[in-house]
Amino acid sequence: MAEIENLEPDLEELRESYRSGKTKEASWRKSQLKGLLTLLKEQEKDIFKALEQDLGKHYAESYRDEVGTLTKSVNLALSSLKDWMSSRKAKLPIATFPSTAEVFPEPLGLVLIISSWNFPFGLSLEPVIGAIAAGNSVVLKPSELAPASSSLLAKTIPTYLDKKAVKVIEGGAAVGEHLLRCKWDKIFFTGNPRVGRVVMTAAANHLTPVTLELGGKCPAIFDSFSSSWDKEMVIKRVLGGKFGACAGQACIAIDYILVQEGFAPTLLELLRNMTKKMFGENPRETKSMARIINKKHFLRLKNILDDPSVQSCIVHGGGVDEDNLFIEPTILMNPPLKASIMTDEIFGPLLPIITLKKIEDSIEFINSRPKALAIYVFTKNETLKRRIISETSSGSVTFNDAIIQYAADTIPFGGVGESGFGRYHGKFSYDTFTYEKAILRRSLLTEFWLRFPPWNDFKLALTKSAYSFDYFGFLLVLLGLKIYS
Amino acid sequence: MAEDSETKKVFDAEAAASLMKELRGTYASGKTRSYEWRVAQLKNLMKIVDDHEKDILDAIRADLSKPEQESYIAEISIIKSSCTRALGELNRWMKPEKVKTSITTFPSSAEIVSEPLGVVLIIGAWNFPLLLALDPAIGAIAAGNAVVLKPSELCPATSSLIAKLVGKYLDSSCIKVVEGAVAETSALLEQKWDKIFFTGSGRVGRIVMAAAAKHLTPVALELGGKCPVVVDSDINLPVAIRRIAGGKWASNNGQACIAPDYIVTTKDFAPKLIDALKHELEAWYGKDPLESKDLAHIVNSNHFARLAKLLDDDKVSGKIIHGGQRDKANLKFAPTILLDVPEDSLVMNEEIFGPLLPILTVDKLEDSFDMITSRGKPLAAYLFTNNKKLKEKFVKTVSAGGLVINDTVLHFAEKTLPFGGVGESGMGSYHGKFSYEAFSHRKSVLYRGFAGDASARYPPYSDRKLKLLKALLSGSVVGVILALIGWS
Repeated sequence: MAEIENLEPDLEELRESYRSGKTKEASWRKSQLKGLLTLLKEQEKDIFKALEQDLGKHYAESYRDEVGTLTKSVNLALSSLKDWMSSRKAKLPIATFPSTAEVFPEPLGLVLIISSWNFPFGLSLEPVIGAIAAGNSVVLKPSELAPASSSLLAKTIPTYLDKKAVKVIEGGAAVGEHLLRCKWDKIFFTGNPRVGRVVMTAAANHLTPVTLELGGKCPAIFDSFSSSWDKEMVIKRVLGGKFGACAGQACIAIDYILVQEGFAPTLLELLRNMTKKMFGENPRETKSMARIINKKHFLRLKNILDDPSVQSCIVHGGGVDEDNLFIEPTILMNPPLKASIMTDEIFGPLLPIITLKKIEDSIEFINSRPKALAIYVFTKNETLKRRIISETSSGSVTFNDAIIQYAADTIPFGGVGESGFGRYHGKFSYDTFTYEKAILRRSLLTEFWLRFPPWNDFKLALTKSAYSFDYFGFLLVLLGLKIYS
Repeated sequence: MAEDSETKKVFDAEAAASLMKELRGTYASGKTRSYEWRVAQLKNLMKIVDDHEKDILDAIRADLSKPEQESYIAEISIIKSSCTRALGELNRWMKPEKVKTSITTFPSSAEIVSEPLGVVLIIGAWNFPLLLALDPAIGAIAAGNAVVLKPSELCPATSSLIAKLVGKYLDSSCIKVVEGAVAETSALLEQKWDKIFFTGSGRVGRIVMAAAAKHLTPVALELGGKCPVVVDSDINLPVAIRRIAGGKWASNNGQACIAPDYIVTTKDFAPKLIDALKHELEAWYGKDPLESKDLAHIVNSNHFARLAKLLDDDKVSGKIIHGGQRDKANLKFAPTILLDVPEDSLVMNEEIFGPLLPILTVDKLEDSFDMITSRGKPLAAYLFTNNKKLKEKFVKTVSAGGLVINDTVLHFAEKTLPFGGVGESGMGSYHGKFSYEAFSHRKSVLYRGFAGDASARYPPYSDRKLKLLKALLSGSVVGVILALIGWS
């Protein structure tokens, strides 16, 4: 754990690395990204071990959700770096000839990345990739709730990366608070909205821009389907998007399902059968599902289930194992909407199914709640798809699958409203850690003297023409052929 | 259509809550979403400026005694061109952007869909009271939001005119003006907005962001800073001088966020530069600038006193080499040049926002770059030179919202350039398409097909599944095929 008093020398060293210009060099950025790639390859076994220790994850899940996506992202950054680092030329109107303009992506300086415990490697390193590719110095504060992962990051990062420009500072709330009091050029935070508010309030003191990747209740709308559907595939995707994603402890995990009441029994049957198939009789032993991160969250989830009005709605699972912090894949039918299971983000392996009279009612249901990080819609109905896109708001919308949008680099990943703001993945990660510096180059050879005092009507008439891009009118005034008043 | 009596009621927390409730209702109705509605509002905004040009110029003159041409160039014409651009481009801006997808999510297609954020708050500043309220509003409306404008109370005539004209010409069920000062702004800031766009000082910017943090509201802050002008000796001096003087004194008498704040030049060149400046100033404003009608006034007695204090600072006495005349009663302040003031003087440690222009001399210009960057990142930085190496070093070393080589302030008018700050000068940007994006959420939409799902994604897990996953995530088609073959 970091000593709070010792942070300032470290931060000064990081700032100095940035000031020296080292981190801006393409060669430095490439070397760091390559270092990350090597880390992921060489430390793969240890990473799997740490994730198993912290969360009981199977190594395939760890690869799929963390190591694999990180490897993909580093490779993308390496191959795209030159392109990302180049200026973008901006078009200028004729009136400004012979000027040229460009927009240059410049790093922000020293950035703070605070990550979460559910995907401790993924959510730490994915932003780090962007920050490094963008040429910044970085402090990473991994979550103390995943201690094995945090400790492995603290041990390996200095070995594989430039320890004078990228540091890992471990610790809990006290360390976090201290870090937040310092001045950063950007803070990238992944976590819950309550802490998100604390982060942004602290950032306001220094006018530090922030990206907040928060959560929310991500709904999955399940349209009734005819026999032409590949039911098995869709159900697998739903279950993969809930129990398969860190036992539902994921910001983009399916939180609850909305389904038309007539279809609910069919859906429930399909879900129960597939749950048994995918997760087996003993999901904890086979590690087909992760465990709950700690006692506090375990009790939180247990309390949700202990509420009698909720317990009576359990239609599958419901078993809890306090010693091993394990809760079986649990499905509920229509728990009360006012119960905490339906008012707070569940972040666990409890899957409520809420029935509606018509599937289109899901739009109003979703709109009456805070904006989620993701909305999932399982349907072939093109009209419903269009309506969801235009009538609801969320970080993202995915049709006929769940979670997988996390792996796509060409679409931004981020929230809106209560689910956060800012975005990353692919080039968006790079953009999030840079600002667009506008550069206008003018010549001293020509001048529009009408810009300056002393003022008169002639100048005003010319200005009016120029600003309305009325070049012909401009010419007329200039030649004395147009009346001005 | 607002009744006059409503403006007499106090705008308190209750009024703010009720305003928010009303706007949320109208926004939820979907009214602001249609292309037609947005176009109608933008066209009407254009009409405001077209039909009431004289009223607007009168109001700004009453508030700031700004010369008419300045108001026309800096405020009216920019709003007109912003509206024109938005109207011309809106269709394109509103279109979803199709993007490629990779084998990792095969088969799939994806797009990024722009949607409005919802109900947004725009707080304007006093120095360009019409522009800084309406220009962001153009972006907000084009993006389909419901909007509340809070124009600066330091310009009461303009604020009141904005309230009247917006109430008359725009859809007041979705676009409202709230007039007032600290109390009213605080009441507004307590509400949950979907975005707050603020133009003003860093001090108030912090207050706005802290208030926004309570509701996780994203903010754009257009602040200020000390915009330096570095002047080399190899330049076309008459042209450069006009551009520097224009950026400084023809921009609201230095009261502009991107006005040149101070000059840095070489010891050798300084006398020539100062001489040229003095001549230009006399040509523009005459022997007695306080009599000139072409010079804007200081906005109020508070700012006048602030500027006077900068000049009365012990550390700068004896450094004033031109100007210094002031007329407190009429809030007039002459263009004033200071030479080589100490770096710890007041005038070098806060944004001047007025007609004082310190000139610092150095031996080599490159030496000044570090000094500039150590002062906090300004909204703009300017360099006058023909030396290519110096230009490149400047562009590489100096961090500012915008850089201009061989001119000042002009980048503000280029709508294809994002206009915004970094660090102390702010966050977020706008103008042109950037205005539209500032008030939009770009929503990712992923369409997945049903063919070819990798059961490798799901439990029960195995080593063989892991091999396939590795191939899929690395984007290697060959790897995927091999893994599949090796599987069966």
